[in-house]
Amino acid sequence: MSYCKKEGKDEVIFATREDLDVPSTAIINFVEDEADQQPGLILPNGNINWECPCLGGMASGPCGVEFRNAFTCFHHSKADPKGSDCFEAFLCMQDCMGNYPELYPAPKVSMSDELSQMSAGQEGMNLEEVAGDEEKTMPDLFKTEGKS
Amino acid sequence: KMYRAHMLACRFPAKIQCIVRRDAHLLCLKSPIFISPVSLLARCMSSHETPAHWKSTKQICLENKSHMNFLPVPEGSWQENYNKRQKKWNIMLLASVAALGVTCFVLYKSGSIYLHTYDYRKFQPLRSDALLAASPDKEETSSRINTTASSLLVSEEDTSTSPSCEEEAIVRDIPAHAQYMIIGAGTAAFGAFRAIKARDPKAKILIVGEENSVPYMRPPLSKELWFNEDKSEVENMQFRQWNGKKRSVYYEPKEFFADPKKLNTLVNGGIALVKGRKVVKLDAGNKTVWLSTGEKVTYDKCLIATGGKPRNLPILANASPEVKERTVLYRNIEDFKRLNAIVETAGSVAIIGGGFLGSELACALGKIGQKTGLKVYQIFPEKGNMGHVLPEYLSKWTTRKVGKEGVDVMPEQVVASTAFQDGKVVLTTNEGQSVCVDCVVAAVGLEANVDLARSSNLEIDPVNGGFLVNAELEARRDLWVAGDAACFYDVKLGRRRVEHHDHAVVSGRLAGENMTGAAKPYWHQSMFWSDLGPDVGYEAIGIVDSSLKTVAVFAKATEGDTPKAVVEATGDNLRSEAREIQSLAGDSVKKSPLDTEDYGKGVVFYLNQQKTVVGILLWNTFNKMSIARQVLRDGARNEDLYEVAKLFDLYDTAVGEEEPPAAEKVSK
Repeated sequence: MSYCKKEGKDEVIFATREDLDVPSTAIINFVEDEADQQPGLILPNGNINWECPCLGGMASGPCGVEFRNAFTCFHHSKADPKGSDCFEAFLCMQDCMGNYPELYPAPKVSMSDELSQMSAGQEGMNLEEVAGDEEKTMPDLFKTEGKS
Repeated sequence: KMYRAHMLACRFPAKIQCIVRRDAHLLCLKSPIFISPVSLLARCMSSHETPAHWKSTKQICLENKSHMNFLPVPEGSWQENYNKRQKKWNIMLLASVAALGVTCFVLYKSGSIYLHTYDYRKFQPLRSDALLAASPDKEETSSRINTTASSLLVSEEDTSTSPSCEEEAIVRDIPAHAQYMIIGAGTAAFGAFRAIKARDPKAKILIVGEENSVPYMRPPLSKELWFNEDKSEVENMQFRQWNGKKRSVYYEPKEFFADPKKLNTLVNGGIALVKGRKVVKLDAGNKTVWLSTGEKVTYDKCLIATGGKPRNLPILANASPEVKERTVLYRNIEDFKRLNAIVETAGSVAIIGGGFLGSELACALGKIGQKTGLKVYQIFPEKGNMGHVLPEYLSKWTTRKVGKEGVDVMPEQVVASTAFQDGKVVLTTNEGQSVCVDCVVAAVGLEANVDLARSSNLEIDPVNGGFLVNAELEARRDLWVAGDAACFYDVKLGRRRVEHHDHAVVSGRLAGENMTGAAKPYWHQSMFWSDLGPDVGYEAIGIVDSSLKTVAVFAKATEGDTPKAVVEATGDNLRSEAREIQSLAGDSVKKSPLDTEDYGKGVVFYLNQQKTVVGILLWNTFNKMSIARQVLRDGARNEDLYEVAKLFDLYDTAVGEEEPPAAEKVSK
C-alpha cells in the first residue's frame, strides 16, 4: 500500500511495485534534440565524429592528422577488403606512431593482419556513445568499423 | 616717505583733516620713525578728533619705537639653543612621518586602495611537496602574496615595461604567439583542447598551467584512489574502476604534449603545455597575456579555465603554525599525496565540512580506519551530510550511513578554537565538544580563481562569484571562460556557476567548439554524482538545492529489499544484525515521521517558485539520467510528479545489487 508523508516543505511518497507499474499519465515533451543526441562514431550524415569519446586521444594527439587521414580513407574505402587502397595513409600513421611509443603502445600489427581483422566481421555495427574508458585500441577500432 | 605712507593709509574722506593735524606732530619728532599706519588709521576712523584722554600720537610712537635696546641679547650658547630647537623639530618630523606611514599602512591593509602591480621576481611555482616537513602549499600562496605586497613600494613599474628587459636577457622557452591559448590546465582545459582539435585538426594550442602536472581528473582523489589497495598503483595515481580496469587520473601522458618551443613550427599543429607558470594579466582588446615569469604572449583565441582554490576558515587561517602545519586544504594531487602519507602514520583525523568532498573523504578514510584503527571525525554546521543538497530527511539518513562507515559525525557544530597540545591538534566546537587529532582536513568550499579578472578589468559576478560570461561562455571577443571559474547564463535555469566534474568537461567542450566557430549556447545539462560507500550512491542534474521545495517518490522497501534482508540472506552473523536493530531503535527517538523510513531507491524532484522542476536527484537509481534530462528540459509544470516518477521505472533494479554506479560516470 503506497502512502505519502510530508515534512515541512518536503513531500515523500512511498510507492509499491504494483502502484508504480500502472502506466504513467504524465505528459512530458520528449524533445528529439539534435544537440542532446550522442551521435557515436559515425554522424547521421555519414561523416566521422571526431569528438567521439571512443576515439580517446587518437584524433587529438601528435599523430592526430595522420590517424584521421588513415581512418577517413578507410571509412570511405569501397575496395574489398575494405581499406586495402589506403596503404600509404596507414604507413604514414604507423611511422608517426613509432615516434611516440609511450603514447601508442598497441603492438605493431602488420598491415596484412590488420586488413584481415577488418574483413573478419561484416555484421551491422552498433556503436553508441561509449564512455572514455572503453577507448578502442587500434585494431579494435578498425574491426568494429569494418562491421558497419 | 612717511608722509606719503601716511597719506595712503588714511581713508580718503578723512584725509584733509589728517593732513592738517599730523603736520604739527610730525615736525616735533626728532628722528624719522616709522609710524604704524594701522594705529593711526584706527584713531582716525571717526571724523572727530581723538578724545583728549587718549595718548597722543607722539607718545605712542615713542612707546612703540623700536631701537637698538630691543635687539636680542644672546644668552647662553648658540649651539645648545640650536640643538634644542633642532631636536624639537626633528621629533616633530619623525612623528609626522610615522603618522603618514601608519596611515598608508592602514589604507593598504583595509583594502581601501588597490595597486595594480605584480612583482614577477617574487613568484615561485608550487612546490611538489609530499612530506609533512614544510608548511602547506596554501600558506605558501598567501605568503607569496604578502611578499609581493610588501615589495609594492619598490616594484611599482608598469607591467608592460618591466618584462621587456627581462625578455632580452633570457631565451624564451615559450612562443610569442599562440593560435589558441588556454589558461589553466585542468578538466575544462582538457575538454576544450579535445574539442578544438576535433574541429580544427591542425590547431596549435598552448596551455599555461599553475600546477606542476599534466591535466588530471579530480573525482578519484576523494574516492577511487583511497580504495585502491595496490600501493604502487596509487603512487602512479592509478585507480581501479568498478569493472576492474586500471585507469590513471591523468587524462593524457606527458608524451602527448608538444614542446612549447617547437609548437609554432609543427606542420600538423599540436598541444603544448607550460607548467608551473601563472598568467597574471590579460588585455582582451589587444589579445595579449603576461605571465608571472615576465613573458608576453599574444593569442588569436583564448580560454580561461583557472578553476578555483579551496576556501579556508578564518579559525584555521589564524591558527598557530603547528596547527597550520597539520592542516590540509584539500583539492590537488599534492594534497592527496600529503594526506595519504599522513594517514599511514596518524591515529586520528578531523574533517571539517559536510559537503561532497568532506563526506566522500570521511567515508574513504572511515573505511581505512576500519582496517588500521584510524579515528575519523567530521564536523560541519549543517544538520546532516550534504545538508545543502539533500532534503532534510535524506540528509539525516545519509548521516547515519556515513556514521556506519566508521566516521564520528558531529553535525550542527562549528569549530570555535584550535590549539596544539601534546603533539596533537585540539579542535573545540561552539557546543563545547573537543577532539584531539593528528591532522585536520578542510573541505569547506571553493573560491573561483578570479585574480585575472581584477588585473585585467574582466567582469566578476557579484552573486555567484567567477567570471561573468554569456550563454555561449564568452567574456569578451575571442575570450571564453569555462569550468568552475565561469558564471554563465544557462538558457533553461538562469545564471549560475557549477563546480562539478561533468560540467567542467561539458563547458570546456562547448568553449572549445565555440572557439572554432560553433557559437552554441550552453544547452546540454551536466550532471553530477556522489558515492558514499557501498550502499549510497546518487546522480543529480540541474539545480539541486535543499532550500527548494521537493517532492520525492521512493520505492517502498519490501522485506526482500532492505540491506538487513540482504544481510540475513547472505547468512551474516546475528551480531551484525543486532547492531543494526539497536542503531535503528536508538534513532526512533527522533520526532520526525520520515526518520524511521529506509530510503532504498527513488527519485527526488526539486521545484522552484513556479512549480517547475529545476533539479532531479536519482537516489540509488542508475542508468536513468537521460529520462531525467528530458523531464528537466520539459519542466513538468502542471504534472502530478507521482506520475512523472513512474517514468523512471524504479523497480527496475533491486536494492543491494552491486550495481556499478561509477562505471559510466568516472569515465565520462
